[in-house]
Amino acid sequence: MITILTAVAFLIFAPVIGVLVSGVDRIITARMQGRVGPPVLQPFLDIAKLFEKEKVGVWQAPAVLIFLHLAFMVVTGLIFFGGGDLLLAIFALTLSEVFLVLAAYSTRSPYAHVGAGRELIQLIAVEPVIIIAAVGFYMVTGSFAASDIMNYSGLPVILLPGIFISVVCILTFKLRKSPFDLSTSHHAHQELVKGVMTEFSGSTLGMVELAHLYETVILLGIIYLFFVGNPLLAILAIIVVYMLEILADNSTSRVKWLPALRGAWLITLILGGGNIIALSLL
Amino acid sequence: MVYLSKSPWILHYDASSCNGCDIEILACLTPRYDVERFGILNTGNPKHADILVITGGVNEQNRSVIQNLYDQMPNPKVVVGVGVCACTGGVFKECYNIAGGVGEILPVDVWVPGCAARPEQIIDGIVKALGILEQKRAEMSRAEAGA
Repeated sequence: MITILTAVAFLIFAPVIGVLVSGVDRIITARMQGRVGPPVLQPFLDIAKLFEKEKVGVWQAPAVLIFLHLAFMVVTGLIFFGGGDLLLAIFALTLSEVFLVLAAYSTRSPYAHVGAGRELIQLIAVEPVIIIAAVGFYMVTGSFAASDIMNYSGLPVILLPGIFISVVCILTFKLRKSPFDLSTSHHAHQELVKGVMTEFSGSTLGMVELAHLYETVILLGIIYLFFVGNPLLAILAIIVVYMLEILADNSTSRVKWLPALRGAWLITLILGGGNIIALSLL
Repeated sequence: MVYLSKSPWILHYDASSCNGCDIEILACLTPRYDVERFGILNTGNPKHADILVITGGVNEQNRSVIQNLYDQMPNPKVVVGVGVCACTGGVFKECYNIAGGVGEILPVDVWVPGCAARPEQIIDGIVKALGILEQKRAEMSRAEAGA
């Protein structure tokens, strides 16, 4: 029953939390650059505006695929926060990303195509770490079910430090932050016009932004799982990790796709893989 | 609902400006003026933009480019001509390749004269454009409700 309640709470409150996180992110980014920055609710205003705009599009395919992107992102969150199977949630997350890539490929714009290709590269860079994290949680708690992991009384991060660090590194890809903002960029930075999002406008772009809010909450939920035994410490860890992401975003420049992929896989292999091997030897 | 005027995204196009006005527009984004305070972002993508900001007069080669950018922007949208060249062609008016101001090809909503236009003037022009943008949105939703 509690799991159903958390799932419903996710559906309603995830966009709210996402807007607040994203709004504070924009203010802190602005302060780091010596600016004042927008109001906290600016991400909400942006999305609300996008739904007010005219619908332009030669055909329906991108809008439908983007709707599926949003729908599967929500499904991912429902599985994850509803206490379902962690692996199932990861596959739903991947499926959601694939719909975004398909939507970009369906627009026939060269910029969107290059962005979609890069989005796939990001997916290849990110997936191994997330799966290794799920395996790590299984080895620590003895279950793939998110509900069992949430009931775990210790701190999984003590046994999974390598995996935690690689997940933090990979978060940069997922939050579309520099130095790994290859396919499209957070804030107003430009990459190949707007990369994978070039051809989406109005409500379609609004759905992409909404899906990103859900995604942010899911990713921060994964960070939470590493500190599940101590909620206060977990929230503190989420804040510290997000601050590090903002700092990295503002102090680094974008890298090429090959170093990004190699870096991600190297970290995964050494820290993530090493962590798993060490756990199995314990 | 006034979301549109709280989150105007700008597309800046340099028609054939001397770069003076372009630098002043970029100055609006810097810490001193920081237009992101008003939710204004410089998008660089016509499909995401609400306001088309054009500097410099139109020349014969970019006539079609400007028309294309304007057509790609989803409604409601407004056009702001920044600098005296965008208004009339300015000192380049008599040049063999200059067609004149932006008004020659697009329905411009706000003119911001000046050589170069100061950031304060540009921000003032954008704020005026927001009123027109809101008006156009209201007209659009009325037309949708009627149809």
